[in-house]
Amino acid sequence: MTRTLLLVGTRKGAFVLDGGRDRRGWSVSEPLCEGWPIHDLQWDSSTGSIYAGGGSSWYGPAVFRSDDLGKSWTHSSEGLTYGDDGPKIPTVWNVTPAHGSIFAGVEPAGLFRSDDGGKTWTHVSALRDHPSRENPGWTPGAGGLILHTIVPHPTDTDKMWIAISAVGTFATEDGGTSWVARNRGVSACFQPDPYPETGQCVHKLVMAAGDPDSLYQQNHCGVYRSRDGGSSWEDISAGLPSEFGFAMAAHPRDTEAAWVIPLSHPEEGRVAPDGALAVWRTRNRGDAWERQDRGLPQEHAYVGVLREAMSTDRGDPAGVYFGTSTGQLYGSTDEGASWQMVADHLPPIWGVQAIEVD
Amino acid sequence: MAVTVILPRSLVSLLPGTSRSTEVVATTVAEAIDRLDEQTPGIRNRLVDSGPTIRQHINVFVDGELAKLDTPVRPNATIHVIPAVSGG
Repeated sequence: MTRTLLLVGTRKGAFVLDGGRDRRGWSVSEPLCEGWPIHDLQWDSSTGSIYAGGGSSWYGPAVFRSDDLGKSWTHSSEGLTYGDDGPKIPTVWNVTPAHGSIFAGVEPAGLFRSDDGGKTWTHVSALRDHPSRENPGWTPGAGGLILHTIVPHPTDTDKMWIAISAVGTFATEDGGTSWVARNRGVSACFQPDPYPETGQCVHKLVMAAGDPDSLYQQNHCGVYRSRDGGSSWEDISAGLPSEFGFAMAAHPRDTEAAWVIPLSHPEEGRVAPDGALAVWRTRNRGDAWERQDRGLPQEHAYVGVLREAMSTDRGDPAGVYFGTSTGQLYGSTDEGASWQMVADHLPPIWGVQAIEVD
Repeated sequence: MAVTVILPRSLVSLLPGTSRSTEVVATTVAEAIDRLDEQTPGIRNRLVDSGPTIRQHINVFVDGELAKLDTPVRPNATIHVIPAVSGG
């Protein structure tokens, strides 16, 4: 029997919440990582280490590491640089363990790799060498020019997908030596040519459980699915109250199930539509969506939910968790059918990751 | 030539093994930071950005005067490292 923990990144530090074996009565840690802004926390189940990526406006970017479930931390940014002649890196947006290595996505968009548990980092330079960075150029979204999502193939160490706002999805099949854009069929609705090769504002990319070729993405301009590893995409926004949103999470076992949290359009505040907070679930790859709002505030809830701020656990039924831009953390232990508040009054929440530990 | 470096509490808290006041032998601010990094690996990355330059929201003063990496330090000088108000 395992305990469920929530790793929460906020504007004012990381937090670890312990839901015990029944995912109830959550305890909340003190602010961790010295109160640094933390975008993303991930768990390396092969080593038992937690990694946290963020950046301090004073002290720069860093990846923190804890080997004791958050009680103590070390940190490093050795090698997290584009060199003395390159652009400065203010923060880490994503940190993802995969196959014995750790990958970090940073601002301005780039990918770094560590093969020594986060002590030192090496730039995966081929991504920034992609010709689209010069022509037509990589342009930032509202959150900056950020590499915010890293999706490794579960078994093939050569394959990985990454997502950059507002540039799009890229994939490598040779361990990062070369990268190709994977945006066909994805709208860049804010451009004169709505279907360019790059320039899409992908907000979050997730992989379906058990099917590495089945990807989903929440984009600035819609929700999409791909059945061919991102080579082509199909709009599955029909039935949602808004095509806009940030967060997306896949079911831990059901290939066809995923959750999104639609928000009002960018020019209308990027908050819960009509102040009524709701999660939407699909159980058929986006052919249809159902609203899940039982237990969530349905009046005056003008909150946002950002790209890393939703996660699922591996329970049965699966738990679903999300955090808001105003510091509320909600959880469901019945796959979204009902919701409870897990914690309130946290700093603005940027990242939520559910893990199971012994 | 020994100089005294005064570090901010937030940096000492971040890097176990450091102390608020440390004596190092250096003739420039950059050398002082390098000596600190030899004692506590990683501290240079917290204070120095690519360029190299002192990070945007870190202020370094030598005997009360705002300094850069190449600012010389005389014997017995005091170097204050202070997070800028603009940082947060």
